Formats: sequence, structure tokens, C-alpha cells
Amino acid sequence: MKDELDNREERVANLKGMGCSRKRVEDARFTQGKGNYVDDIKLDGMLFGDFVRSPYAHARIKSINTEAALQVPGVLAVLTAADLAPLGLHWMPTLAGDKQMVLADGKVLFQGQEVAFVVAEDRYAAADGIEAVEVEYEELPVIVNPFESLKSDVVLREDLDPKAPGAHGPRKHHNHIFTWEAGDKETTQEVISNAEVVAEESMYYHRTHPCPLETCGCVASMDKVNGKLTLWGTFQAPHAIRTVVSLISGIEEHNIRVISPDIGGGFGNKVGAYPGYVCSVVASIVTGKPVKWIEDRMDNLMTTAFARDYHMTGKISATKEGKITGLHCQVVADHGGFDACADPTKFPAGFMNICTGSYDIPTAYLEVDGVYTNKAPGGVSYRCSFRVTEAVYFIERMIEVLAIKLNMDAAELRRINFIKKEQFPYKAALGWEYDSGDYHTAWDKALKTVDYEGLRKEQAERVEAFKRGETRKIMGIGLSFFTEIVGAGPVKNCDILGLGMFDSCEIRIHPTGSAIARLGTISQGQGHATTFAQILASEIGLPADSITIEEGDTDTAPYGLGTYGSRSTPVAGAATAMAGRKIRAKAQMIAAYLLEVHDNDVEFDVDRFVVKGAPERFKTMKEIAFAAYNQAIPGLEPGLEAVSYYDPPNMTYPFGAYVCVMDIDVDTGVPEIRRFYALDDCGTRINPMIIEGQVHGGLTEALAVALGQEIAYDDMGNVKTGTLMDFFLPTAWEVPNYETDFTVTPSPHHPIGAKGVGESPHVGGVPCFSNAVQDAFRPFGNTHTNMPHDHWRIWRTANELGLHS
Amino acid sequence: MSKKMHIQINVNGKDQEFLAEPRELLIYTLRERLNITGPHIGCETSHCGACTVTIDGKSVKACTMFVAQASGKSITTIEGLGDPDNLHPLQSAFKEHHGLQCGYCTPGMITRASKLLEENPNPTEEEIRFGMAGNICRCTGYQNIVKSIQAAAAEMNAAQEAAE
Ligand code: FES
Ligand code: FES
Repeated sequence: MKDELDNREERVANLKGMGCSRKRVEDARFTQGKGNYVDDIKLDGMLFGDFVRSPYAHARIKSINTEAALQVPGVLAVLTAADLAPLGLHWMPTLAGDKQMVLADGKVLFQGQEVAFVVAEDRYAAADGIEAVEVEYEELPVIVNPFESLKSDVVLREDLDPKAPGAHGPRKHHNHIFTWEAGDKETTQEVISNAEVVAEESMYYHRTHPCPLETCGCVASMDKVNGKLTLWGTFQAPHAIRTVVSLISGIEEHNIRVISPDIGGGFGNKVGAYPGYVCSVVASIVTGKPVKWIEDRMDNLMTTAFARDYHMTGKISATKEGKITGLHCQVVADHGGFDACADPTKFPAGFMNICTGSYDIPTAYLEVDGVYTNKAPGGVSYRCSFRVTEAVYFIERMIEVLAIKLNMDAAELRRINFIKKEQFPYKAALGWEYDSGDYHTAWDKALKTVDYEGLRKEQAERVEAFKRGETRKIMGIGLSFFTEIVGAGPVKNCDILGLGMFDSCEIRIHPTGSAIARLGTISQGQGHATTFAQILASEIGLPADSITIEEGDTDTAPYGLGTYGSRSTPVAGAATAMAGRKIRAKAQMIAAYLLEVHDNDVEFDVDRFVVKGAPERFKTMKEIAFAAYNQAIPGLEPGLEAVSYYDPPNMTYPFGAYVCVMDIDVDTGVPEIRRFYALDDCGTRINPMIIEGQVHGGLTEALAVALGQEIAYDDMGNVKTGTLMDFFLPTAWEVPNYETDFTVTPSPHHPIGAKGVGESPHVGGVPCFSNAVQDAFRPFGNTHTNMPHDHWRIWRTANELGLHS
Repeated sequence: MSKKMHIQINVNGKDQEFLAEPRELLIYTLRERLNITGPHIGCETSHCGACTVTIDGKSVKACTMFVAQASGKSITTIEGLGDPDNLHPLQSAFKEHHGLQCGYCTPGMITRASKLLEENPNPTEEEIRFGMAGNICRCTGYQNIVKSIQAAAAEMNAAQEAAE
């Protein structure tokens, strides 16, 4: 075969392997309107289901009358809890070990809760049917504050025995869910009470929502002839959904096929299992027709998957010189009406215990109390790994507060407390073992690039000019240095519903030297079809353009736990590399046979095996692929395929250094981002173009959360931010240009050293934007104000600090 | 259900004639009735722009217009902008400059951008950001969308000059 390129560099470039900014293979269909999202699916005779939802946040349901609805033209069925109860499907298990009503069973616990499911011929008929369902409610006292909830006589969850322990141990009160602790309580308290300096702060990380542009939805199709259920949906974890559906429906898993088609963004919103999925499946079984359910935006914001809602109180102690000695963190977590957090089983507060951040803090203690309220369930990781955003926000605020107390520069305070390069692998006080890092180098590079000292000088001058009345704009310098913990995770400590959090890849090499690889993950915009092919290209020496990547169909893809928590590259990416290496091992034997030398006498070189010391004697991977199918090689099976299930030995710990320069008009409260510099270290870089895109996107979602995006409730439990009119999604007009930069500190335990990047910019970005706002007010006496820093709140801060007089 | 109305529209160069309820939204007509699924639904309240189409030379959010209001008009969707052998410069530029991730906003984005460039073939970055502010993207942070539009503008202008 004559396809060899002479020059080695050319051969490497031809592969489009790791490290190159390969253009995305997904884009052709998306730019031409040929994506295949779940709402694009149309099946013969397909029906449409939609919910009657509760207008009340807490109420008893006295009666539901569906008669009139069933008379509406086009309406075929109306399901209520009473219809699901005989099947045992009126409740479903949550990922957090709790259970959740599929349809209201006697009462409702949050506004927008699913009460009845109307199945009709089309959306309009379903909407008419919903109008005609009569529900009689008796209002109950509403609790929207978790602190009040813990004191209230009102029992929110009447289905639970108040004395019995929950899924995560004893409960202190009928509205209490769990207490979760990490670290050493006594020592930490002792260190703090004897410390030279202690800074304390309480902060509320508000409730928000991932709000991908595509809402959640599914199409369920029960084929009664063959006994097979097919379920298409916006699932970030299709295999886990298959297992859950099997467990709750009793349909054997081999008779269920779950397909995640193209997904219009996830950001954590599409990890959980929602009542709409269960109702669609039941409705398809009842009607014998495919049933589609698609949330509208209001349903989405009000009911599926909120994020954050953490009330955090911290104490941080240090020596007079600024060396941190201890950290104490207490959290009251508002979980809403059901505990439906999407965390690994043993971590009801996610990885909040990464809250010692990037600092060498010898002693620490964390306590999290989960509480029920009359708000929507959820608690997902919105573009972060299991509560890491909360943890990083907490520590990056505590550092700033400590710097104020010490009257010290916050950048310097960070620098003297960073974990040093030679301390890795580093065992943190709250249990994690950080794999690798070089924080000082990253920090110095960041500060130098932005001319940090110059900025501080400018800021000081601005303060003076403001005081002289020459300007109404003040200037803030936001700093953040974050350490992420991603890639869940080792099966020994991470599972969801008992399913270990490994991931997988299966590769088949075709005779003519192209290939297909299937993975247990699912892209929601991350470009897996592009990047996983690059990993493979480098591993097996076939061009990325000749490798198809397929995900999301449980009938064909190997079992995996899906895509969230930046786990695809750390886990499935590792599985891909490992499966590739199995292919290469067999290819080596084939090459040796063809070249008539011993296995150990050939070595891999880019796209071929060469005889050691005789590079002119070689077999390309393409030739080897053909030989695998056409030669009878003694001792070797024909074919060239491999599967790998990868259980990572540890998490990976990406990190980064961000700086934001902001001007704030104190009279309008409008912040203007003048500069944003983001240095990310995600280990080995697979596709710089895609990494940069992930950073831009994550930062923009961080900007949103820090500067205005929230799910707010009034005292009656009404959602005040149920449409995009009130829920802040930044447009091109509000978003700055970002400067991106990087250092590379590979993960020592990952086969290709990659750490994952999709969530870092969100995790590190939120405190950076918030710190910029707070830093602008620091010279005027501000220590801490809560997010979101929308125009009104910024104006109010300025007002409270007397800047308007 | 009220009386159906007789509707005639032209979509991507093809005449369509049918009876529809007065309340039928244009986005529903396109997606459900005509199987034109390029325009997407992100909000149904005119905020996100995922449903953007061009109607008689104007960018319109198809989720907030009744099909009856579009009767007699010509509509272009992403499907009408180019085809696999003859892509619109914006379609190539979005790929080239990584102007998309999940792709859900992309049809609306490109359709809107095509109008923007018709109205203003040489937009500044500020004009692009302002002109695209009716289209939300949750994935990209817009930086590469702006870049893609600038690149497409440059390419279209160069082609224009070459033709003159
Ligand atoms: S769906 Fe039309 S603007 Fe959002
Ligand atoms: S690419 Fe996902 S919303 Fe724009």
C-alpha cells in the first residue's frame, strides 16, 4: 500500500491527533439546521404529554377532576397519582437516596409541582386539556427559608417517619435531611480559638439554574409487539437512565433502549430523572403510542434542577504574617421539597470538602446540613463538579476577607499559602489527594501578564479621584485561584445508585484502516466526536478523520456513567486511550508477524510499527488493519477490536488563575468588565480550540451567576424568575472578550495526563467576577456582599457605603 | 377550537397552502407541520432567538408570530440559506472559528447574522454584538460567534469586490 508520507512531521499532522485545533466534525449538521435534537423526533401516531402543575408551593390536594379534560377534542388520557399508584410509579427514587412524587400524591411541596399528566394528539390539545383539569387545593403554610424550616412545626414531608434516619444518617428535625461532616472538628475549633488572627464571614450562594438553551424532554415508545421500550431523551447519563427505568418499571434492561440524540446544552440540568420521563413511559404503555414530553422554559426554570442555594458560614485563622492555620465551614443547604441532588451516593454535599482550595491549610472542618423547604428539588452541579463551585466561591471569598482583616494584599496572601509544587501529591485536610499542580508558576504568570502592581496603583489613584469628585466610577480587581476536583471517579468511593463511576470505550478497526469507537459518555456541545477521535488518532496511528465516534445509544455503546462533572475526558478519555493501547498491542504482534521479527523487535512510530534500528522496514497501521482481517496469523484471533472499562485511581485536579478588571458606575450600579484574563491548567491539552471555547462559555455562565442570574422566591413560594424576562442570561452585548492562557501540568495518573476543562472557568469565574465587585468597594469599607451583583444590588451597596452623598 | 384559516406561505422557495387554527404559531407550523426543524424553541417568549427566521427581509422570532400573520409572506430558515455543496459563508465561518458548541442556538444565530450582514456588510464588533443581542447562546460566550461573523463579512466583501 502506498499511502506513506515521507516526513515524520507530515505524518503527525496528517493524524490530527492530540494537541491540534482540529475543526469540529459535529458542525456540518448544526450549521445547516440538520441537528437531531429530541424535539425534532417525530414518530408515527406520536402523542404529546404535558403537566397540570401546582400554582401553590404547599397545599393539600382535596380532589382532581379529569372528566371535563377527557372531553376536550384531541385529549386521550389524563394520568394522576391514583393511576400510577397501582404500578408503584407515583413516587420514584432520587439520585440522593430520597424519593420524589412523580405526580402529586395527596399534597404538593413546591410551585410548579407535577399534579396530572395530560396526553393529547398535539401540544395545543394538551394545553386545552390542562386548562380543563379541575384541582381543588387547600393551602398549607409555606416555608422558603431553611433556617425557619428547621425550627418550624410544619411537617413538609409527611411521608417520612420523623424519627427514622434518612439515606445519610440521623435526622435532627422533621424537615432536616442529613448532616455531613469532614475533617477534625475539635482541633479546628481549638486552632481557631487560639489563633493570632481570625476572619469570619457569612455568605449566601443564591439559588440559580443551569438553563441550557434546549429544555429537558423525551419521547417514549413502547413496542408492545416486541416488548421493547425505546426512550429518546435529553439525558446526560443514558445508561444510568436505562438502569433506573428498568428498576422502577420492572421492564428488563435488555428490553429498554435509551438514546440521547443531539443535546442542546446540559450544564447539569439533564443529569437527573424527572417525572416527565416516567409519565411519558407510562403514557406510552397505556396508549400503545409513542409519547413526547418537552418542557417549556417556565417548567424548566421552575421545576427541573436548580443549583446552589448554600448558606455558608466560615472562619479562617492565620498567623499575623498571613500563614493560614485553620478553616471552619458550616453550611445550611436548601434542597427544596425532595432531596434530588445529583451527587455520588457517599457525598450528599458533593465535593464541598474541596473547600480548602489551593492552599496548604493544616486543619479544617466542614459541616453541611441539608434541609427541606417548599422550593423545587434539584441541587445539581451547574457546570461544575458536585458543589465545587460553592466550595471555591467560599474559600476565595474567605481569602479576601482574611486579607482585609490582615490588611494585606490578597494576591500575596494567596501566594504565601499555596500548596507548593513539591508537595504534590498533596493530602488535603478534608481528605482529598490532589494529583498535581504548580500554582506559583501559574499565579506569577497571571499577575505579570495583567501588570497587577500597575492595576493596584491605578485603583488607588482612582479612589483618590473619586473622593475628589472627579469621577463617579470606581475600579475593582477581581482575583481568583481555583482548584477543581473532577473526573468522578474511583469506583471505590464514587457511585450513583450503586453504579460505580467508571467509564468505557469500545473500538472496532475496519479492514481498510478506518474505525468506529463508542463511549459511555454523551456530548452536549463539548465536541466529543472531534476530541475523542484525536486521542485515538494519537494512540493508534489512524487519522482522526477516519475515526467515527458514537455515543448515547445504550443498545450499541458500552456501559458508562455519562457526561457531567467534567468527567468525560478524565474517565472516558482515559478509557479511550486504554482501549487504543490494547489495539496497539495486538497491532504490534501483527506487525512483527508481517515483518518476520520478534514482537519486541518492532516499535510504534506515529502511524506505523518499525523494526528497531531499521526504520525503512515498517508496516503502517492501515496495512496492519487489513492484515488483521486477511491473514491467518498463528496464535492470534482475526479482527482488531478492543474494549476498556476504566476505573480511575483518583480524581483529577485542574486549576487556574483568573483576574478581572472592572469599572463600576456607582450611580447606575452598572459594572463594566474592562479586562478578563483566564489562565487554565487542565493538564495535557487535546484540542486548544475547543478548550478555549469551553473557557469562553464557562466564564460567561460565571458572569451570569455572579452578576444577576438567580431563581428567586417570594414568601409564598412563588417563583419570581420563571421566564427569560426575569432570569438573566447574558447576551453578546453584556459579555466581554476574554484573554485565555495556560500552563500544562499533566495528571500523573491519567493515561494521557488530561484533567478536564469544561467546568473550570465557571468554578473559577464566579468568585473572580464577584471579587471584582467587592474589591471595588473595599477601599470604602466593604468586606462582603452577597451575589448576584445585579445593578440594583450594586447600587444599594454604593448607597449603603455612603457613596451617593 | 375556532374556525380554521386558509394560509399560504412560501418557505425556502416552496409554496405551502393549508388550513390552520388562528392560534397556530409560526414556529409550530415550521417544525410540526412542515418538518423544518432547523429553527428551534428555547423560550417561546421572544427572548432567546433560537427560532429566528427571515420574513420578507426582516429577522423575526417565529415563536411569537401566528402563522396567520405570516400568510402571503416569504420565509427563509437556516435550511434555505445554503446547501451542503454551496454553504453560506456564515455556515463555513461558524465551523472555522468555533462559533458553536451544542448547536442549538446556531440556526437562529446564523439566520440572524445573515440579515445583519445584509443590512450592514461592514459591521464593527460593537455593531455585531448589538445586532446579535436578540440571540442567546448558552455555550460559547459569544467571542467566537463575533469572530465568525467578522470572518464571514470579510469573505463576503472580498467575493463582492472580486465580482465587481
Ligand atoms: S423560542 Fe422564539 S425567541 Fe426563544
Ligand atoms: S452553541 Fe449551545 S446555545 Fe449556542
